Amino acid sequence: MTDQSIALDELEHDALTELVNIGVSRAAVNLRKMVGEQVLLSVPSVEVVTRSHAVTLIRERENDDLVAVRQGFEGVFSGRALLIFPEKNSLALVKAVTHDTLSDAEAHAMEDEALAETGNIVLNGCLATMANMLKKTLTMSLPEVIRGGGKILFELDSRSMPGGVVLFLYINFTINDRNIRGYIAMLMDVPSLETLKMLIGEFITRVVGGGETP
Amino acid sequence: MASTVLIVDDSKLARIVMAKAITALQPDWTRIEAANADEALTRVDGQKIDVVLLDFNMPGKDGLTLAEELRGRFPEMPIAIATANVQDEVIARARAANVAFISKPVTEDGLRGFVSGAALRLRRAAQ
Repeated sequence: MTDQSIALDELEHDALTELVNIGVSRAAVNLRKMVGEQVLLSVPSVEVVTRSHAVTLIRERENDDLVAVRQGFEGVFSGRALLIFPEKNSLALVKAVTHDTLSDAEAHAMEDEALAETGNIVLNGCLATMANMLKKTLTMSLPEVIRGGGKILFELDSRSMPGGVVLFLYINFTINDRNIRGYIAMLMDVPSLETLKMLIGEFITRVVGGGETP
Repeated sequence: MASTVLIVDDSKLARIVMAKAITALQPDWTRIEAANADEALTRVDGQKIDVVLLDFNMPGKDGLTLAEELRGRFPEMPIAIATANVQDEVIARARAANVAFISKPVTEDGLRGFVSGAALRLRRAAQ
């Protein structure tokens, strides 16, 4: 298996977790602006796992159907970022981002559009922050809303090898005073993970320095 | 007397970055580190700490709760919280506890205001 070659050492893992933490914190600030209420975040968890294990990880937490906003990113490394939440939270989230001005029917009618826009703002905030810190540009595709179990959500793309290894990072968020919770996940294949590992190495050197600093 | 700064962050990398920036700004300060709130409280109980710099999002007790606790025990101590999570509620709680705000990623420039203010207060208190 290839997962040995992309294993992150302790400091690399730590650096990636910190990058994710900063990215998601910025994303939460964006979401806060949309819903007008505090967004609470968990400490992020970052793991390199098989795709089936990623499905298990989310299934351990959520039994019901899920809805996700998925956005592809491309650059020196590529993959997909997802904003995932239980489908039963979907309408509540749409109402939250429209500040409770919509009726159920109206919220339902614009559900996918509102979810895509929310996902776009949250995921872009997260990815752009990480890209900036790694000093690389990422191009983000348009967001799409997908529904179903974890299996569909975590498909990397049609070309990827079955059973491949993915970077699974998740952080759960809750919106204060509303029964809304969700996860942010990021999936990458092995070549992208190798590039990411290299960029993290450069990032560490940049922020820690090689001993002397000018 | 040399001042001691306590750096609290679950990320080792973040602690290194903060320590490096503090060294550049105040080379005389003694730096000690803690990886979580409990460890930080043990440190505070064990020795005299003059300045605290802490992370917000940590496993266990979060940085803001720790900051509020420390503020209760040390009304005058310069305390700063570092986070990219600049939501209104987070800022309001930090302000209410008289805790400074530093945006992550932490840089020397970003720390300068807090560190020089803290150094000034410590010098004045020592006089």
